[in-house]
Amino acid sequence: MHLETVAGLAAALKGRKVSSTELVRAFLERIQAAQGKLNAFISVEGAAALAAAAAADRRLAAGDAGPLTGVPIAHKDIFCTAGTRTTCGSRMLANFVSPYDATVVERLKAAGTVMLGKTNMDEFAMGSSNETSWFGPVRNPWDPKRVPGGSSGGSAAAVAARLVPAATATDTGGSIRQPAALCGVTGIKPTYGRVSRYGMIAFASSLDQGGLITQTAEDAALLLGAMAGFDPRDSTSVDRPVPDYAAGLERPLAGLRVGLLKEFFDAGLDPAVAALIRAALQVLERQGATLTEVSLPNLPLSVPTYYVVAPAECSSNLARFDGVRFGHRCENPRDLTDLYCRSRGEGFGAEVKRRIMTGTYVLSAGYYDAYYLKAQKVRQLISQDFARAFGAVDVVVGPTTPTAAFELGAKTSDPVTMYLNDIYTIGANLAGLPALSVPCGFAAGLPVGLQIIGSHFSEERLLNVAHRFQRETDWHRRVPQEWR
Amino acid sequence: MAWETVIGLEIHAQLATRSKIFSGSATAYGALPNTQANLVDLGYPGVLPVLNVEAVRMAVMFGLAIGAEVAPRSVFARKNYFYPDLPKGYQISQYELPIVARGHLDVVLEDGATKRIGITRAHLEEDAGKSLHENMGGNTGVDLNRAGTPLIEIVSEPDMRSAKEAVAYMKKVHTLVRYLGICDGNMQEGSFRCDANVSVRPQGEAKFGTRAEIKNINSFRFVEKAINYEIARQIDVIEGGGKVVQETRLYDPDRGETRSMRSKEEANDYRYFPDPDLLPVEISPATLAAVRAALPELPDAKAQRFQTQYGLSPYDAGVLTASIELADYYETVVRELKGEPKLVANMVMGDLAGLLNRDGLDIGASRVSARSLAALLARIVDNTISGKIAKDVFLAMWEQGSEADAIIQAQGLTQITDESAIERAIDAVMAANPGQLADYRAGKDKLFGFFVGQVMKATQGKANPARLNELLKKKLSG
Repeated sequence: MHLETVAGLAAALKGRKVSSTELVRAFLERIQAAQGKLNAFISVEGAAALAAAAAADRRLAAGDAGPLTGVPIAHKDIFCTAGTRTTCGSRMLANFVSPYDATVVERLKAAGTVMLGKTNMDEFAMGSSNETSWFGPVRNPWDPKRVPGGSSGGSAAAVAARLVPAATATDTGGSIRQPAALCGVTGIKPTYGRVSRYGMIAFASSLDQGGLITQTAEDAALLLGAMAGFDPRDSTSVDRPVPDYAAGLERPLAGLRVGLLKEFFDAGLDPAVAALIRAALQVLERQGATLTEVSLPNLPLSVPTYYVVAPAECSSNLARFDGVRFGHRCENPRDLTDLYCRSRGEGFGAEVKRRIMTGTYVLSAGYYDAYYLKAQKVRQLISQDFARAFGAVDVVVGPTTPTAAFELGAKTSDPVTMYLNDIYTIGANLAGLPALSVPCGFAAGLPVGLQIIGSHFSEERLLNVAHRFQRETDWHRRVPQEWR
Repeated sequence: MAWETVIGLEIHAQLATRSKIFSGSATAYGALPNTQANLVDLGYPGVLPVLNVEAVRMAVMFGLAIGAEVAPRSVFARKNYFYPDLPKGYQISQYELPIVARGHLDVVLEDGATKRIGITRAHLEEDAGKSLHENMGGNTGVDLNRAGTPLIEIVSEPDMRSAKEAVAYMKKVHTLVRYLGICDGNMQEGSFRCDANVSVRPQGEAKFGTRAEIKNINSFRFVEKAINYEIARQIDVIEGGGKVVQETRLYDPDRGETRSMRSKEEANDYRYFPDPDLLPVEISPATLAAVRAALPELPDAKAQRFQTQYGLSPYDAGVLTASIELADYYETVVRELKGEPKLVANMVMGDLAGLLNRDGLDIGASRVSARSLAALLARIVDNTISGKIAKDVFLAMWEQGSEADAIIQAQGLTQITDESAIERAIDAVMAANPGQLADYRAGKDKLFGFFVGQVMKATQGKANPARLNELLKKKLSG
């Protein structure tokens, strides 16, 4: 059963072939067994999950179950969950128990899903390897010497090792797509504003977007339909109907105009990855899609632009962690300044501090125009590049990452090398576009992801393309030997 | 050397919304600490602000009332600094694109001249909480009930040249926000407070001197005192060969002085940037028109109308329209009395204002209602009592809380208009004072007043003065 998709499990539950309690027990066992090897979870909520499963079973028996009733999932530990610990991968919140549910959590709960636990992540979602977590790195199920990617590394590793059928995740600069690619699973970052950010601990508010890591595009369609939509508690969420994503999955690809992103095929791209992407595109062409090359001349500026905008926002967003009302507080502060300095000094890790300092610098008097304002202008140009491209093609495609998963510690000494791992994913965040990554093959035994980016609110189309791709391929069904 | 003072004010007016500017918490004053602070006010991880549209409407009202430009698009920005009563580590305010820009107010100065004070901008922002240092056992407590309360910060041009002008302007703003119903104006509770930027320069100099900013002054009297102290201090510094430094100062009302809080060097770099959690505020022409149509009569227009409709002097009209409650009280009395606007004005500005002032009450708490006052004045108009007796009756009404007619009747104060009764009293006085009578008849006209007094005394002041004058003149001349 653990290899089943969300769609498959939902059908089995409906058909009473399995109970939610049985499923939850089985997955909890897998999670426990894997914890020492993968470290994919920060918290496991066994008792609460079993109670929720029992309730789901009662509903299933009574015949008043929803489409996802009883399906186990996990939440990235960036989403606040009432009554349980929400750490954001940080010592700062190591003992923080949220008094409320994030909208995403609330909606998926209302749809009937059962939360098994909270997945590991880079501290405050800042990282591309899951090595910045206060709770230790997550390991890639395909090769435990390697990173799962980040920041949603726990969610990606958990789904890849089939510890849960699906997990929520968030993406600020690639944090869903990059780990999905590196772990051989499907990851979707919706349009900015499609999913409420209420209760999702903020890293960079104008870039953060909640999404999913699943085995298949079909599962992503089912879950996204339940969690997307306007939320009056998030002013940046968009009041626009949520389509039935599952209904559009089978649409034929004939006539689909696919733009191959020229800038993504740069010197940094591993030739083995490039070859897999080209092969993947042939799968789409065979189904009637037409391929053209598109150029986004400002896209190579994504990384420097992002590393001004995101730290600027994070430096302000993380100011609330001051040791006064919640979170880590240092022992015996001498005075207010000491309370601030030591609480924050002890509570935050090196990467978070680096970004807070960068962000504080770029917003400072005398530097604001040269950095923050300029970055916002470049961001506009990148958005315009995409808008132009979408005048000629329906989706743009390219690799999700320049290489397959790298080894733990390989990029920790030089932050810029680490940042460059997000070079292909950041553009969609800067422009607020929906994007997903689907498994498209293996390079030296490690999974590689194909990235598909669409125009605003084109999730339906992206999921359709991904689903048609997955009908013709089985990369997404591959499971590491140890976790089958 | 002659010095000229330059003053600009930043007024913070708390908007009278029921809930906070970015959360659903109540804004009521005086609740137990932290009982009106929800997760948004506490800056909990993951929470987001949602703008209260009522606060926006109130800011638009203010903009229209000062003849300003209301921005079709304004932007909230974060002002970043650390303080325990600032839960998020930043205050949501407006910076580059405020909702209101370039307005003005006309104030009447002591010499009767009118001066126009420019208003650079007015922007929406959230208030911070309060740090409590007393009765905390050496610790500092934080009360976040006030955190997130909507404020409008009204920034004037450096157009004022004396403390008195500054107070006149501040009073004008105070009157206006209360007319608009967008602020309760309660200065003790901090609903209306100001920072004063003060500098001095040699008379005739075009360049501004270095300014000091005096923070958080919460009464008109303190504004005047603080500014005057600061002017004297700055002149002393310069005349003593020193230089005024740009700094933030605090006014200590107990010592009547300002003292340095922090210098420019210690000032925060607030790192303002647009708040990515909030969309720009957009005001459509239709919204603007709707708010304009719903504006109440404004103070200047009301004062003008009082002059034309009631024949009042500009001064009286100004006094009576200084607060909307006073103006309403006045108009109610006139309406009840069906006229006599000057008689009403004199009573309201004289006896009523005096007793309100004596007892430290606002017009809203007057012990004599407008209707009761009208009933009293009606007795002057119909000659039941004299204006002089009316003053006593009014005092009795105030003290006892009873109605005019009851007091007049109980104390037998009804004016004597019956000629024979007055004549009898005159005859008795003349008979009792033959010497004075002889002197008067011999040409000592001044003694007329003596006889008036004697008759009034004999009638306990109830003789109708006009009738008495008339009859007395006739009788005395024989």
